[in-house]
Amino acid sequence: MNRLLHTLPVIDHPAAAARFLHDADRATWHDASLWQVRRKRDRAAAMVEEWEELRALASAIKEHTLSHLDTYLEAFERHATANGIQVHWAADAAEHNRIVLDLLRRHGARRVVKSKSMLTEECGLNPFLEAHGIEVVDTDLGERIVQLANDAPSHIVMPAIHYRQEEIGALFHAKMGTEAGADEPAYLAAAARRDLRRRFLEADAAITGVNFAVAETGGFVVCTNEGNADLGAHLAPLHIACMGLEKVIPRLDDLGVFLRLLARSATGQPITVYTSHFHRPPPGRALHVVLVDNGRSAQLARPAYRASLKCIRCGACMNTCPVYRRSGGHSYGAPVPGPIGSILMPGADPVRYASLPFASTLCGSCSDVCPVQIDIHDQLYAWRQDVTRAGGVSRAKRWFMQMAGWLLAHPRRYRVAGAALRRLLRHLPRRLLYARPNTWGRARELPPVPPQTFRDWYRTHRPAPEHPADMP
Amino acid sequence: MNSRTKILEAVARHRPPPRPHPGLPSFPAPGNDLAARFREAAAGVNATCLTGSLDTLGDVVRARYPGARVIAALEPDLLPGTQVIDATTAPAELATIDLLVCRGTLGVAESGAVWVRAAPAGHRAALFLAEHLLLLLPADRLVWNLHQAYDRLDVAAEDFGVFVAGPSKTADIAQALVIGAHGPRSVTVYLIPDTKISF
Repeated sequence: MNRLLHTLPVIDHPAAAARFLHDADRATWHDASLWQVRRKRDRAAAMVEEWEELRALASAIKEHTLSHLDTYLEAFERHATANGIQVHWAADAAEHNRIVLDLLRRHGARRVVKSKSMLTEECGLNPFLEAHGIEVVDTDLGERIVQLANDAPSHIVMPAIHYRQEEIGALFHAKMGTEAGADEPAYLAAAARRDLRRRFLEADAAITGVNFAVAETGGFVVCTNEGNADLGAHLAPLHIACMGLEKVIPRLDDLGVFLRLLARSATGQPITVYTSHFHRPPPGRALHVVLVDNGRSAQLARPAYRASLKCIRCGACMNTCPVYRRSGGHSYGAPVPGPIGSILMPGADPVRYASLPFASTLCGSCSDVCPVQIDIHDQLYAWRQDVTRAGGVSRAKRWFMQMAGWLLAHPRRYRVAGAALRRLLRHLPRRLLYARPNTWGRARELPPVPPQTFRDWYRTHRPAPEHPADMP
Repeated sequence: MNSRTKILEAVARHRPPPRPHPGLPSFPAPGNDLAARFREAAAGVNATCLTGSLDTLGDVVRARYPGARVIAALEPDLLPGTQVIDATTAPAELATIDLLVCRGTLGVAESGAVWVRAAPAGHRAALFLAEHLLLLLPADRLVWNLHQAYDRLDVAAEDFGVFVAGPSKTADIAQALVIGAHGPRSVTVYLIPDTKISF
């Protein structure tokens, strides 16, 4: 684990979520917006008869790939190189950023258009390039909004999902001179279109992400709805595509499985508007791919968590998650938020991201919608134990958990404590009952005290067992 | 040790025990009227699907795009009298194209997507800079799903190829759908029942 990371602040998800919930109207709207996307996903999935079979296939293909990952990475490199694509390897974020800057400098590129890549967010590429005098323009509209607002994406598919249209209207008025007070989405999108098309035509280099890299052919696929990755890549003399190691898949035929799942899971579309297959650069142009590890091989070494590397970044787990929808993407303090972020980030730093595995109800909805069948909620549960062992959980919580463990391990203690608690709950004044240590009671009423425990009921309705000690 | 070696060694050391590739079953079409299914799916992705012959293509273009001043084709034989785009066409000029006419190689009925190859001598950016797109597709070039599409296509032989499913769009502002994000504002697929031109 990188010790340097500990200069970074520890993420306090509950505190950040509380701040998000402070604006109740926005939180309600955010929740409803995402739930609508989740429902679109349901409708799209229901239209495919073999949906569950596709999920199982996608999962199996990814597991097969991970079990031969070195072979497939080498095959991809070999075939890509034969296609005239130059392949680079980066062990971590810093090396990735250096490689990209180096390529830009070698080509004398100063103006870069960038389409969406969560990997470059993870590596902090934009601030790094800007610090070295390169102008980077995000061209996905959501990312552009976030960039103009000097903010970070809050969702991997819908980066500006946390903004309301009047805020975007005010932002565009300030930054792009649109009419004051105008906030119709069509009008604002048209303004961004004019501005970005000019930038596409003037760019010296394009940076894109990669959705799938095909080992068998040495080509890669980029999916967008706006066409921004293509406008960048086909107009600039230099195209750099950045990808995590886990993006490689064995064969072209495998694409059929993933592409039928990806857009349906993400937004409820049958397929993205553009599914672009890059195999060779046009004559006289340069095409580079940067393969990035940045903790992925370490995650591969963790049997309980390696399945997180199957992720195809569709965002379905975020849209369905009751915690994500009501706490906002920024509360996770991570480039990839939500359930999948909560199992990826502790791998990078179990102390800094210790609160993320607890940002879940463990309801399992994330695992149900995941197109590659990642056992997200099981991993969240496992990470809770591991971040606690790593010392990422407060002493109070650890002590409380130990107490609870001690209590729940002994039937007699449990019964005595239960009886005492029921009496307390009936007679304690509210002021004491809902005092500071009761975090559960801050936003909820405690459940009413039952007149009778199940155990008592059972004893009166069933013959006594032969060995009372066996009783629960 | 360089990063390549370091990464490959770490991956080889940590990879899970071998798991087989599951193989791909074939998922047959649920019915045989692919053209009807394709039209439905195209409408679903905000594209229009017309059926007609190459002879009437000129009339269709005049009727559908009355305001189009710059009409271009990626290949000269598609629509006589149009401007031909090649690799040397200046990007600024591509950005003024009102209508681009080009060949589709294959249509996918399940999703309304059409495979478009970058013409060897053409300019890849034209497809994305044109205001409107007209894709010509022989009606016998329809398959049901992407599995069949990848079976039929020789994707790796193309330097660049793309599935286009409708006009460019975004919902990044308050989840409201806006058609015509940075690329084409409309896509029309022109299905040609019997074709004499080779695609």
